[in-house]
Amino acid sequence: MRQDTTSVVESKEPQKRGGMGVAETLGVALLIGFAGYAALFIAPTERTMGIIQRIFYFHVPSAWTGFVAFFITFVASIAYLRSRKLKWDRLAVSAAEIGVAFFTIVLITGPIWARPVWGIWWTWDARLTSSFVLWLLFVCYLLLRRLVDEPERRAVLSAVFGIFASFDIPLVYFSIWLFRTQHPQPVIGAGGSLDPRMRNVLLICWAALLGVMVLLIRQRYRLETLRHKVEELRTESARRSDWA
Amino acid sequence: MALLRPTTILLGKELRSEFRTRELLTTTWVFVLTVLVLFSFTFDPTQAESRRFGPGLLWLALLFAGSLMLHPSFAREQVNDTLAALRMAPIEPVSILAAKILANLCFLLVAEVFLLPIFAVIYNLSLVPILGQLVLVLLLGTLALSTVGTVFSAISSQARMRELLLPLLLLPLLAPALIASTEATRGLLEDPPALSLEWTGLLAAFDIIFLTVTWLFGEYLLDE
Repeated sequence: MRQDTTSVVESKEPQKRGGMGVAETLGVALLIGFAGYAALFIAPTERTMGIIQRIFYFHVPSAWTGFVAFFITFVASIAYLRSRKLKWDRLAVSAAEIGVAFFTIVLITGPIWARPVWGIWWTWDARLTSSFVLWLLFVCYLLLRRLVDEPERRAVLSAVFGIFASFDIPLVYFSIWLFRTQHPQPVIGAGGSLDPRMRNVLLICWAALLGVMVLLIRQRYRLETLRHKVEELRTESARRSDWA
Repeated sequence: MALLRPTTILLGKELRSEFRTRELLTTTWVFVLTVLVLFSFTFDPTQAESRRFGPGLLWLALLFAGSLMLHPSFAREQVNDTLAALRMAPIEPVSILAAKILANLCFLLVAEVFLLPIFAVIYNLSLVPILGQLVLVLLLGTLALSTVGTVFSAISSQARMRELLLPLLLLPLLAPALIASTEATRGLLEDPPALSLEWTGLLAAFDIIFLTVTWLFGEYLLDE
């Protein structure tokens, strides 16, 4: 029996490491490189905001990608509670962490753009505020996970919190939108139509960031699996030394 | 209606154990009162400012109080591991949560009944003409607080640093409820008072959504 557990752990490992797509990583690296080039050189310069507007090609897709990541957390949390398979919990935490990373990019690039355009770093505008609250919610999700040691318990608690947080997202956006539209606010660049070249570059950037997201989530998932194995081996060895 | 009977029995148990000592009620009441007094130092409230900021202060104080007072809801079951006994009972696990949500709703509402007159006096607001609508807003807002708060108290009671964790989980999630209840209350204090359908609707939607989510996923928090 004991031999078995160790051999399972060892036999799976080389396969996975070999399959950890070098090709995919290269592909995504090329794509993100091209996206950067497109955002800087292919997209036309915006008339009123000028060069600073180009940050938008990474700011907006980061937010979209973050949403995709949080949606993965939501689905994986439900899947965990239904199936009780820890792999779903690992996917949930991986996606949540990457989602937080993308929203951190959003919250950093936003003020960099706002300073020259609006003349202020931050304003309590609807989208800014809701993104901030959203970021806080998932930072709390990650904090909660650190404060529970037992893997199954951690998985259940964070899955339920993740589901609550996900249902909160539309409410946060709607309430803050309603709140801000009733209060004075700086005028933000009106919607209007997007130049087709700008739109295409935006979509390329989004595709590139989605690729990065998938790679990072996979990597993070693998790390979580390894941590889990280390934990198992540690308990196993503690048990054996108890017997000895 | 297999839920109703166990829920009422458990609710009776929660209320009885609280009203024997009234510890939660008195501490909550004094806490909110302290916060309301301290808030008045952060700005010197004139009549107009009280109308503008009063509702926000009231709801923020209630939210802080809730995030502290809801902690014992599950934590005190752990002392003698009474939650295990409840789980062994042949009842739907959701009824345990439902009873606690209702009990916490009652505690908060009782505390509010004693708070409102004092709030009205120290912030110079006349609440009598709008009492009916205000009760509706308080009911919806407090239900939001007690629903999410009770569920999160079940979560935080199973983690480390639980006293600190509950406010951390609860406050950002309740942001929409805070906005909606504050705005709805502010609408009532305006001249002429108006019950905002949008905000009360949003508050009701918040309650319905999270009661449903609790009903669907809450029981997972209770199993061992």
